[in-house]
Amino acid sequence: MEPFTRITGILAPLDRVNVDTDQIIPKQFLKRIERTGFGPFLFYDWRRNGDFILDRPAYRGASVLVTGANFGCGSSREHAPWSLLDAGFRVVIAPSFGEIFKSNSFRCGLLPAELPEPAVRELITLSLQEPGMEITVDLAAERISASGFEAGFAVDPFFRECLLNGWDEIALTLRHEADIARFEAKRSASRLS
Amino acid sequence: MARTMAAKIWDDHVVAAGEGEPDLLYVDLHLVHEVTSPQAFEGLRLSKRRVRRPDLTLATMDHDVPTIGGRAAADEVAERQMSALEENCRREGIRLYGMGNARQGIVHVIGPELGLTQPGMLIVCGDSHTSTNGAFGALAFGVGTSELEHVLATQCLRQRRPKSMAVTVEGALPLGVTAKDVALGIIASIGVEGGRGHVLEYRGATIRGLSMEGRLTVCNMTIEGGGRAGMIAPDDATFAYLKGREYAPADDHWDAAVERWRALATDPGAIFDREVSIDAARLEPYVTWGTNPGQSVPVTGSVPAPSTETDERALRYMALEPGTAIEAITIDRVFIGSCTNARLEDLRVAASVVRGHRVHPKVRAMVVPGSASVKRQAEAEGLDALFREAGFEWRDAGCSMCLGMNPDILGPGERCASTSNRNFEGRQGRGGRTHLVSPPMAAAAAIAGHLVDVREFN
Repeated sequence: MEPFTRITGILAPLDRVNVDTDQIIPKQFLKRIERTGFGPFLFYDWRRNGDFILDRPAYRGASVLVTGANFGCGSSREHAPWSLLDAGFRVVIAPSFGEIFKSNSFRCGLLPAELPEPAVRELITLSLQEPGMEITVDLAAERISASGFEAGFAVDPFFRECLLNGWDEIALTLRHEADIARFEAKRSASRLS
Repeated sequence: MARTMAAKIWDDHVVAAGEGEPDLLYVDLHLVHEVTSPQAFEGLRLSKRRVRRPDLTLATMDHDVPTIGGRAAADEVAERQMSALEENCRREGIRLYGMGNARQGIVHVIGPELGLTQPGMLIVCGDSHTSTNGAFGALAFGVGTSELEHVLATQCLRQRRPKSMAVTVEGALPLGVTAKDVALGIIASIGVEGGRGHVLEYRGATIRGLSMEGRLTVCNMTIEGGGRAGMIAPDDATFAYLKGREYAPADDHWDAAVERWRALATDPGAIFDREVSIDAARLEPYVTWGTNPGQSVPVTGSVPAPSTETDERALRYMALEPGTAIEAITIDRVFIGSCTNARLEDLRVAASVVRGHRVHPKVRAMVVPGSASVKRQAEAEGLDALFREAGFEWRDAGCSMCLGMNPDILGPGERCASTSNRNFEGRQGRGGRTHLVSPPMAAAAAIAGHLVDVREFN
């Protein structure tokens, strides 16, 4: 996983709540067997309807998305954070996230940053008033700053370390090989045989 | 100290607990399907890792599979996913119940029916409806592909301990109110993110009075209320369901297993982080009017006036006017199926409504059994003939139109009464409009040609 420390990029607003993973990446695109190539299908149905906010020239190339509560609710498809990453996003800022989406995001290198509702509202307003404005998200310092905006955020310390260092979580777990083997030894034999 | 059932199962699975780190938990059963697994197997290959416990891993095909015409009817990309799963399972020595296998079916349907799902287990699958398995007093939740790869490689999962929420439902269910309505009623009450961060334990006389099939339906919808896992304490109904099933403990181990399982229930005096109470007597058959499962009203109600921009968006998408009586909404399609409502009991209840009627001439209706086994049992009871003669299509097992990854999809603008779990925009097909209902409500709608109160039907 690519380490994540600090990024500065264009902020794009998606002023909706409960954006489910079916909207982020519709199911007809889940048939790929690769982890990449999902970017063009991000928010596919909404884009196809025309005049989708993220397609406005000022938001092209955005790397930070600010959106409403419960972003990424619904299915467990990791294709949702993959498609955001593939489309160039590294951070999603929202008041809350669907649990599995949040967990998936940490694990594939997309930072889900939670800010209180009023701060999110402020960012959405700012990015609408000043399309193309830049924002800096500093994971090491847990600070988000933009022209006229400053806020702290908190991330699970374990996943923060993983992201900052680009650690492979499986490799970390395999260091517990002795613990796992001990646990297995005291468990009964396979239940599937 | 008095503990909740979730805490007991959690504690029993901690492999390692580091200061400030999420717990490392052991996974008893890992269920795999074709759509969310290929990248995980690929990741393993790239890092030269193997599956640690193929004997605790079991795969099936459900999301992509055609429900008519067999495997030859699958499109090229779906076929590629199915072939990839076959190849991955062969290489790693994982048991696969693929298309054509007598045990194939929707992953959350076959786990319980094969006796794989057992009380006290920690179960994961790359699918958000894994919570279904919690109906047996298991801790079961959906994971993404990276976590899935982690489980394949280590048989462990790293998780923060969730909070606990008691959802207590007391009282007799009114006539015509099903487990699906209990689930929709709970979601309407707590909201679509009300369960976030919590394991939900469904309790109370109403829950205890549900069949195992009904309990599976309630636990299935947990994720629609934002909770990652939902569970119900195992009891005699659980044990009676499990006994004799293929993977259930054999006779000589049975009594010891039951004794262990009985000790799982939440201790008296255990404290939940949050408690919610629902009065069963106030529940009704529900219909969703919007684009998330929390947007529902009783079938006797009408489309509500929007109170937020989200509601307005939903009404626009659904092409509904506030004030329209729910029963005045005509439908084009009916889908009886999915991991929520495609077990034998669901099909029996739907069939009992259909008996002696015909599907409305303007409606296309289909029944998709949850597994090959459910299909065989239903056919043995003659339910297939009853549905077919009434004008329903009778299909092979799979996820089908719940998420429309196979050819079973709604056309743009088509309106469907569906027994599935999500009414998201485009979920059943781009531009399709989904109304979530119970199996008897879906059956009645198929016949009437519009949403209708099954209690007044006939």
